[in-house]
Amino acid sequence: MSIVVFAEQRGGALRKITFEVISEGKRLATAAGDSLKVLLAGDNVSGLAEELKKFGPDEIAVVNSDKLADYTTESYAGVLTDYVKQENPSLVLLGHSAIGKDLAPRVTARLGAGLVSDCIEINYDGGDFSFIHPIYAGKAVATYKVNSAVKIATLRPNIFAMEEAEGAANVVDFAPEIAASRTTVKEVIQQAGDRPELTEADIICSGGRGLGNPEGFDLIEQLADALGAAVGSSRAAVDAGWRDHQAQVGQTGKVVSPNLYIACGISGAIQHLAGMGSSKCIVGINKDPEANILTVADFGIEGDLYKVVPALIEKLKEVNG
Amino acid sequence: MNIVTCIKQTFDTEAKIVIDNGQVSTQGVNLIVNPYDEYAVEESIRLKEKNGGEVVVVSVGGDKTQEALRYCLAMGADRAVLIQDPALEQADNLGCAVAMAKLISQMEYDLVFCGKEAVDDGAAQVPSMLAEKLDLPQANVLTALEIADGQATATREIDGGSEVLEMKLPAVLSAQKGLNEVRYPSLPGIMKAKRKELKVVSLADLELSAEDVAAKTELVAAELPPARKAGRVLSGEIDEMVAELVSLLKDEAKVI
Ligand SMILES: Cc1cc2nc3c(=O)[nH]c(=O)nc-3n(C[C@H](O)[C@H](O)[C@H](O)COP(=O)(O)OP(=O)(O)OC[C@H]3O[C@@H](n4cnc5c(N)ncnc54)[C@H](O)[C@@H]3O)c2cc1C
Repeated sequence: MSIVVFAEQRGGALRKITFEVISEGKRLATAAGDSLKVLLAGDNVSGLAEELKKFGPDEIAVVNSDKLADYTTESYAGVLTDYVKQENPSLVLLGHSAIGKDLAPRVTARLGAGLVSDCIEINYDGGDFSFIHPIYAGKAVATYKVNSAVKIATLRPNIFAMEEAEGAANVVDFAPEIAASRTTVKEVIQQAGDRPELTEADIICSGGRGLGNPEGFDLIEQLADALGAAVGSSRAAVDAGWRDHQAQVGQTGKVVSPNLYIACGISGAIQHLAGMGSSKCIVGINKDPEANILTVADFGIEGDLYKVVPALIEKLKEVNG
Repeated sequence: MNIVTCIKQTFDTEAKIVIDNGQVSTQGVNLIVNPYDEYAVEESIRLKEKNGGEVVVVSVGGDKTQEALRYCLAMGADRAVLIQDPALEQADNLGCAVAMAKLISQMEYDLVFCGKEAVDDGAAQVPSMLAEKLDLPQANVLTALEIADGQATATREIDGGSEVLEMKLPAVLSAQKGLNEVRYPSLPGIMKAKRKELKVVSLADLELSAEDVAAKTELVAAELPPARKAGRVLSGEIDEMVAELVSLLKDEAKVI
């Protein structure tokens, strides 16, 4: 049997989540005695196979077509479905990214299979896989079983460790017929600046209503600059119009799991915690000693953020030379 | 313009989760219309107000789900259909999508609208599964939408930005926060909703069998997440606290 991983690339560059998913695929393939196969689809993407080899796949199947230059659901769903039908794997893994979330359920419905989305852990117990997925925005954790022959899962970004490994790494061509897409991509708008993407960031600095005004985010930006971090926001700050909703972290925003999450002027409402509660280390800066964020934070500083954050930036600059 | 809007009834986002016998207890939990589905209902009503036609809200659920559908009727949807069947009680997202797609395929529509995901299982599966089962184009996680001459121009959130997609209708679309501001039902709206049609259909009515919607995934056990270990609130002068924080982050947590 085999495990198939969908390698996500956009505009000819592999996404970090791809390496995380292949690493987990390799771990599971080793445990289950399966081979690991990676599907790499796009336009002129053969060159990316080298990078994928480092993570130990047994085979990399490459599909090149100008019809795959942009990600469109229908064209990509056709390619992945055809590959799964050819390989008949026990497990298909994708990232729980914008592309993976869009693609996995479409392919699942086409195959009549079972899909567990947004997994934070997958286990192989000698006979079957079990899938761990947080529900109710992390307020509970559920274990799922899948009873279809092909089982499909998407993996939460920033949770699974990237690990280089050995593998046969045969590169083969895969040339399915590619379905025309009924959607066309007219425009892609990249966020300004070169900050890391929120769901991929190792460090996130977030601001909330406690900033008091939209200019407060300038200070959060400076802190983020000092740490090479992404900038997030509570819903209150988004609703006030201080920050684009793309920055919102929480139950109705992004779910993030960075190594370090610094919450400035955020009270720590349950809906906010839902989005960042799985961060490895949480720092809360809040002037209210009763604020919930100070209870959940690994390290809390009770104080005015307009005094604490500038001092913190200074200290970081000093330490980092 | 006829729009079918799919909604799910979910726990209130404030709800405290209690685990009973390895499953999430529904006892005494306040139920709401999934917040993302409200954006879909709102957008559907706005499109109808502009272009005419009707908005039909559809859900899979039980007796209580009627309340969620009535809420959407009070917002301004025209009628509602609830798919209710014992065989759907254990259904997974695919089973629900199969049932809704069958219902929708028997209707006349230009657009199917959903929320981008439900806040309970956070799976984001149903819109794409519906699109597949209805053999329609899809555009998920929309923050802006324009419709003209049977064509949709949709702005979809992607990692690190957004993209603008174009497609001919009919299509399946899913709403993200930011698409619109959701209205509250007005008093006259609530009164009118009581008289609007809410039809309940079974799988047999849809000519589907239990087999057609059989779950491929099963939630075998749920538990509360491990509690985070209690943190430390630092004390002292600001300079001292900041210095201590930086060394803790560097040497103890090793995150910077
Ligand atoms: C359906 C639903 C979904 C939701 N989804 C989300 C979501 O996805 N994300 C989200 O964040 N919220 C969400 N919320 C909202 C959530 O309930 C809270 O209202 C919100 O998180 C509060 O944001 P805040 O912490 O910035 O503001 P507040 O709760 O007002 O907290 C501001 C904090 O700043 C502190 N402060 C003020 N001045 C200073 C200063 N000078 N220095 C230091 N500290 C200061 C205050 O002590 C206070 O603790 C949702 C709510 C609902 C009902």
